[in-house]
Amino acid sequence: MKNKNKLSWKIAGEAGFGIKSAGIMFGKIFMKAGYEIFDYVEYPSLIRGGHNTFQLIVGTHSVNSVTKGVDILVALNQNTVYSNITELVPGGVVIYDKDKVKLTAKYKAQGIAIPLTTLAKQAGGELMRNVVAIGATLALVDQDLKIANQIVKNNFKRKGEKIVDNNLKALKLGFDFIKKNFKQDFLCCLPTLEAKNNILITANESLALGALAGGLNFYVAYPMTPSSSILHYLASVAQKLGIVVKHAEDEIGVINMALGASHAGARAMVGTSGGGFALMVESLGLTGLTETPLVIVNVQRGGPATGLPTWTEQADMQFMLRAAQGVFPRIVLAPGDAQEAFDLGAEALNLAETYQLPILILSDKLIAEGNSTVPAFKTNHLKINRGKLLNQTQLNKIKGYKRYKVTNDGISPRALPGMKNGLFIANSDEHNEYGFSEEGSANRIAQVDKRQRKLDTFAKVLPEPIIYGNPKAKKTIVIWGSTKGVLLDAYTELKSRQQKKIKIMQLQYIWPFATDFVKQVLNKSRKVLLVENNSNAQLGQLIAQETGIIIKDKLLKYDGRPFYREEIIKVLKKF
Amino acid sequence: MKEADFTTKYESTWCPGCGNFGLWIAMKQALAELGLKPENVLMVYGIGCSGNGVNFTKTYAWHSLHGRAVPTAVGAKLANKELTVIVMAGDGDGMGEGMGHFIHALRGNADITYVVHDNKTYSLTTGQAAPTANKGYKAKSTPEGIIEQAVNPVSLALAAGGSFVARGFAGQADQLKEIFKAAIQHKGFSFIDALQPCITFNKINTFKWYLDRVYSLDDNSEYNRTDIKQAFKESLIWGKKIPVGIFYQNNRATYSDHLPQLKGKTLIKRPVQVRNVAPLLKEFS
Ligand SMILES: Cc1ncc(C[n+]2csc(CCOP(=O)(O)OP(=O)(O)O)c2C)c(N)n1
Repeated sequence: MKNKNKLSWKIAGEAGFGIKSAGIMFGKIFMKAGYEIFDYVEYPSLIRGGHNTFQLIVGTHSVNSVTKGVDILVALNQNTVYSNITELVPGGVVIYDKDKVKLTAKYKAQGIAIPLTTLAKQAGGELMRNVVAIGATLALVDQDLKIANQIVKNNFKRKGEKIVDNNLKALKLGFDFIKKNFKQDFLCCLPTLEAKNNILITANESLALGALAGGLNFYVAYPMTPSSSILHYLASVAQKLGIVVKHAEDEIGVINMALGASHAGARAMVGTSGGGFALMVESLGLTGLTETPLVIVNVQRGGPATGLPTWTEQADMQFMLRAAQGVFPRIVLAPGDAQEAFDLGAEALNLAETYQLPILILSDKLIAEGNSTVPAFKTNHLKINRGKLLNQTQLNKIKGYKRYKVTNDGISPRALPGMKNGLFIANSDEHNEYGFSEEGSANRIAQVDKRQRKLDTFAKVLPEPIIYGNPKAKKTIVIWGSTKGVLLDAYTELKSRQQKKIKIMQLQYIWPFATDFVKQVLNKSRKVLLVENNSNAQLGQLIAQETGIIIKDKLLKYDGRPFYREEIIKVLKKF
Repeated sequence: MKEADFTTKYESTWCPGCGNFGLWIAMKQALAELGLKPENVLMVYGIGCSGNGVNFTKTYAWHSLHGRAVPTAVGAKLANKELTVIVMAGDGDGMGEGMGHFIHALRGNADITYVVHDNKTYSLTTGQAAPTANKGYKAKSTPEGIIEQAVNPVSLALAAGGSFVARGFAGQADQLKEIFKAAIQHKGFSFIDALQPCITFNKINTFKWYLDRVYSLDDNSEYNRTDIKQAFKESLIWGKKIPVGIFYQNNRATYSDHLPQLKGKTLIKRPVQVRNVAPLLKEFS
């Protein structure tokens, strides 16, 4: 029976084969054809060679995770047959380059041999094997070339007419080859549906867009996978938007430049991965002590040290919660997908200025580099909040202005350098209300308490954890960050009888901690399962620390791979 | 403006006779003579005795972490070009912990002034040898004498692309003041290696030691400060004679000159509004 409107497609080969660009084009074709997409890339940390894969999950409803199983595998090299062929689902097919790849006898029945190299050369160059394969796939799944032609044109427009023409030719050659030589009775069928107003975007790009929407005007970073595409994207629009984007000398320079800019009044953000964040740690404390607004993004990868540079993990939460010596308040946020990255990117800048402290955003490679379809972002609900930032008129009215005035809510009125009547020291030594170095006991206690009170103030308006499924269900799954997608997708596939028994609790605001809410949810649950992409249950540790509740059932994964949908479905069915 | 307008009520914590006083006075005088107001100046300090000047100098101030003053100043200037941004840091701070930032700031040529208090010691941590200490200098952490060769901040600054490179001496506050004024007025990254005897821990590089050796580049009518080769050659002189003055100056474009988006109103005075990202979404659709 044909599997309508659903597809898991994977293209694989060496770095340099155009795997990623093929994947993006494929995704855009089906987005325009009215489908939802989630994509997942695997690649080693190198520029040529290695084994790269790009997997796309296509569906009619929101898609948020990858499957282990592949319906159509495109093998551009022999290695793909060795590495990925076992991922084929029953009835799945492998499109392989007949000119270069040999299929083992066992898989012959599932093989679709296409002379990809010959056809690509015929179109104008071997590099276009990826586009030939796209054409072939489209023919297999009952999609025509109308949309594809447009996407291919747009994609190569920058490179000139000749390149566009060649690629269109390549697309058609692949398409026609299937039409002529194979029966199109493949198990997936994806006709054109009504298009939605979606975009195809990664959480890195959407985080950047969210920050831009929220008034970002200063971004500094040092390249580090998987955070670099935030820097690349913002750098590409900096001149047009009139903002400063700086690639600084190292991550210590990064954070201190951003602090200088924020001190002067900019809406500043920095981005990195765990290793770069480690270098920023001393300055994180400086951010806290000087009460300078700053958003710091850590897009996690597998650690420690250089670790697994291009793979996914959620193992920096405890580090982010505790990084730097001494005690100071911070807010930690963890978006679960591209939409949340956009929302939190905008909100983080408000929080930073409102509470005058570091906002740490924890993302991870899976969503940061994986594209998904989301409704085009809206900004009409957004607001800019600069907290207690003073203007000159307000400052003029203050006698003996105190930047670090001890207040009930812990937040002090903020002047900017250049303003009259507002002189102060932003001091990395403990200081008094004016900012002068002071080590006296009473002052120390007053300043520590004042700073800490900012979190109590925020706790009063802290958004609650998000509950999916049946809020009254007695079985609770606890998650944070990118595991959201796979949990929701797996949940959707359960029978409604099963769905009714389960709720999923996602912690998006990690710190300060929603203690009462979480305690109540867990106390009312008969069964609790914690799902995390790390080896030591970091959210579990936090929950134990804050509520005294120890979650015994844990599903942990730390091989650099995300949870596959099949794994979670299996677990949920038994849960 | 007078020098006193740049002094706070906080009592100085420097040793009586400390070389830092010469720098402090010269800087305040320079600011006053340039007609700058305390509120238009952002001083960024390192961590050390030198950095402790943060409490007694009256301007907007940022007391950074050890070694991190320079990038902070660069960021502040990019965000608000109307500010006069000046870094005051020790030679341990700037040439040890913060050496990387120094080189890159020279390359970038942001329009700020960087004064290194060169006392050849880590004074605040009780007198260990700084990277500027002369080879063989004995101190608590190098009782047999420091093995590494001394860093030459002036030559380094020249090699890394400094557009204004000078050396001054705390014992000649008038010349130092003139150097500071020229540095602040210079468009680009101005670097001053300010010789500053630590009277408590450094018993070798004393006021007298310097007074016996320093000579001013201004006294040499042949000296051409736009000639990088001559500057470099002069910068290598250190020992019996020590040159002070402006070694080199050019007027290459500053970092912000390369950013068309910074033309016009200073960044932080532009309205902060919700940005309509709809036009940016085309790329993703
Ligand atoms: C990261 C870090 N390491 C070490 C220190 C300790 N420390 C404080 S001041 C200083 C050296 C100061 O020497 P210098 O910069 O030459 O300034 P001076 O006291 O001589 O003016 C050191 C090592 C510190 N504050 N931070």
